[in-house]
Amino acid sequence: MLAKVSLRFDPWRWLVLLPAIVLAIPVLVILLSLLQPQWDVWSHLRQTVLWLYISNSLLLAFGVGVGALFLGTGSAWLVSQYEFPGRRLLEWMLLLPLAIPAYIIAYTYTGLLDFAGPVQTHLRDLFGWRYGDYWFPEIRSLGGAILMLSLVLYPYVYMLARNGFREQAASLQEASRTLGLTTRQHFWQVALPLARPAILTGTALAMMEAFADYGTVQYFGVDTFTTGIFRTWFGLNNSLAAAQLAAMLTSFVLFLLVLEQWSRRKIRYYHQGQKDSRTPRKLLTGGRGWVVLLLCLLPLLFGFVVPATQLTLWALATWQQTMDERFLQLVWNSFSLAALAALLAVLLAVIFAYARRLRRDWLVLVPVRLAALGYAIPGTVIAIGVMLPLAFLDRHIDLLAEQWFGIRTGLLFSGTLFALLLAYSVRFLAVSLHSVEAGLQRIRPNMDQAARSLGCSPRQVLWRVHVPLLRGSVLTALLLVFVDVLKELPATLILRPFNFNTLAVRTFELASDERLADASLSALAIVLVGLLPVIILARSMERVQ
Amino acid sequence: MLVLEQLAVAYGPHTVVKDISLSLSKGQIGCLVGPSGCGKTTLLRAIAGFEPVAQGQISLSQGVVSAPGLLCPPEQRRLGMVFQDFALFPHLTVAQNIGFGLRHLSRNASQQRIRELLQLVGLPDLARRYIHQLSGGQQQRIALARAIAPKPEVLLLDEPFSSLDAELRESLARDIRQILKHEQMTAIMVTHDQFEAFTMADLIGVMEHGRMQQWATPYELYHKPVNRFVADFIGRGVLLAGQMLDAQQVKTSFGVFRQSYQPGLQQGDQVDVLIRPDDIVHDDDSGVTAKVLEKSFRGSHILYSLELKSGDQVYCLALSHHNHAVGEMIGIRLDLDHMVVYPRLAVASQEPA
Repeated sequence: MLAKVSLRFDPWRWLVLLPAIVLAIPVLVILLSLLQPQWDVWSHLRQTVLWLYISNSLLLAFGVGVGALFLGTGSAWLVSQYEFPGRRLLEWMLLLPLAIPAYIIAYTYTGLLDFAGPVQTHLRDLFGWRYGDYWFPEIRSLGGAILMLSLVLYPYVYMLARNGFREQAASLQEASRTLGLTTRQHFWQVALPLARPAILTGTALAMMEAFADYGTVQYFGVDTFTTGIFRTWFGLNNSLAAAQLAAMLTSFVLFLLVLEQWSRRKIRYYHQGQKDSRTPRKLLTGGRGWVVLLLCLLPLLFGFVVPATQLTLWALATWQQTMDERFLQLVWNSFSLAALAALLAVLLAVIFAYARRLRRDWLVLVPVRLAALGYAIPGTVIAIGVMLPLAFLDRHIDLLAEQWFGIRTGLLFSGTLFALLLAYSVRFLAVSLHSVEAGLQRIRPNMDQAARSLGCSPRQVLWRVHVPLLRGSVLTALLLVFVDVLKELPATLILRPFNFNTLAVRTFELASDERLADASLSALAIVLVGLLPVIILARSMERVQ
Repeated sequence: MLVLEQLAVAYGPHTVVKDISLSLSKGQIGCLVGPSGCGKTTLLRAIAGFEPVAQGQISLSQGVVSAPGLLCPPEQRRLGMVFQDFALFPHLTVAQNIGFGLRHLSRNASQQRIRELLQLVGLPDLARRYIHQLSGGQQQRIALARAIAPKPEVLLLDEPFSSLDAELRESLARDIRQILKHEQMTAIMVTHDQFEAFTMADLIGVMEHGRMQQWATPYELYHKPVNRFVADFIGRGVLLAGQMLDAQQVKTSFGVFRQSYQPGLQQGDQVDVLIRPDDIVHDDDSGVTAKVLEKSFRGSHILYSLELKSGDQVYCLALSHHNHAVGEMIGIRLDLDHMVVYPRLAVASQEPA
């Protein structure tokens, strides 16, 4: 229930409204760009690449959806229902591919599978083939991109589906059986339908990431919306048309967002008060156990072990040349930028979460929800939405400053870290907000009242009850945003100040120049840091045994 | 019809249910009570077919369904079960839940049966609701409707009221008994609450440490408990020390009484006599007096806790207008319809630890 809004001045409202408006500007700008249609560019696009963008983006998202659904649900079912050698270890290791950004796995497999790579070289040596003698699948293709993205995005489905299966009470299966169903019938009629909202949510998330991907498709030369936006902006030099393309991409994503939100609501209903006992896992012995183990190993092997090993081998071979002052500068840039962005996102999240707790009305709820929608919006889109208004602002400030004070201020906002920090806050606020809100929910209002009745002032309640209880989730939020920023590519690529490089940007540039081995050290650094949130996830998953 | 013969159930080397024999004929409602860990739920799950049996056998009208080495799967037993957490399917509507076990019926017949059951449990308007839209008591009724929809031979209820409010429990237990009687359903329920058992059951089994202590009607359990455990577990009461004057006569603080409950007692034997609160009548003219230690007002009655001159404590259920203060001496007399007597030492050592 929402409370009635009172009209007197209330600092909490402004603490929410002002940042929320700023965070909403980029997406608003993208939508408003539709008011100034760039007909000439659009007719050009329609005659040339527009249908390619649309079909490739849809095929990519659909393909990744199917791939992630298949890999994620399959492995989740096996680890949640059966006991086999190595099951406990696999259960969390299946999350590891999350640590590898898609563009990194893409260039690693390119290095492995292209003509000069070890796989084809070995095949040629083995069979005595030569160039042109044989057919080998081209990894740099739409199919290859689907495969790469599926391999690193399936954990979204896996994680949610596994919990979906595990959280089903043992009594449900027993109820099915007393009503005359066999185990197999129970799976199709009860277990799968019950896990369906969780599976759909995971699939929608994976598809959103596929729409948002820039690094992989750019590297593979597949024309999608994200690469099209880049090209329209920097190639055709038409920022408005780029924004309009971005608006179109956003509409696809919003559809997924609605699907995801709708599924999440169902999960809540499907898992009400039925957590007494879990179905015991069926023990698989002998050959069947090993077959299941092998099946579960496949996604882990190709999604993590193979690319991580290849990166490590490259890094070992090249680190003496690549580990120089420039690399350390990259690490410093990336880490300080990510830390700054994480602090900002978490600060906003704490303010928003408290405002939600203290003022339960729509004037707070709506801005907070809108500001948190950014996680669904592709980085490329957000970058454009940030760039357009900031450039406009900079031009006018510069003009005014020259007229009034005779100084030039230059690119005060759009050419500095400000633009990046704004974009990251838009994109990753939802990540920090989710974590902080979950933490705050554990502090039930009764606890405040209990503390007050035991003689604490409101300030003491904050220090003695809230701070210690929130510490864990705030740290988690910081870490999650930190790692997400470190991995982020397209927005950083567009918005970074001149001569400011990060690990992600450098990795992508080197890989694009076909200097795959030289890119490995920074890529490996990103993967290693990316392992941290995976460990947190794995630990939270253990609670649902 | 349900018959258990010398049944034992074991988890590994650990036997949790031993030597249980009981039978229910068609339409009878049985109840298993006992402290937690006594094996009553295990016994129920063995009947359902979720646990194999180590010894003995379970028979339904179709024949033996469980025996060592034989475990007819649950889906072939034609049993219904109501679970502690109800285990309703959250992705289905109320009607779909009730119809879940009716797949063998035609669409019309199944719709008909669903309507009939909704009517029976008193929720005819909820067919299209989802489970999360129901209250706890409504969920309980739907769980019952789902279990009896396929007309099972025996209905099993596993602590079906434990997640409900106290007030709701009793009225629901009465309603469910009516429904089961109306459907002539054979049923067996597990509970740790004896008053639920009294409300529901034709026959009650008291279990302790995996053994059936007594399988009898509620009246018999209360008035003729076979041993101290049952006497203590069912109802309130105290054991008052006494001594046998001969095989029949017992001397207690209330005077001398005749007993025929326990054969084989001899003169001089030390015994304990079971005294229920309703066995002690408040009587101002009685020569025996006792001091009021505590009182608890029960509306129509007052339950007094009294101390006798001998130091023994007893309960007395007096009519509500006999209002006395704590510390007051009141006159009482023993009004025994029948005496329940246990030899003190001999039986104590026979009882399971």
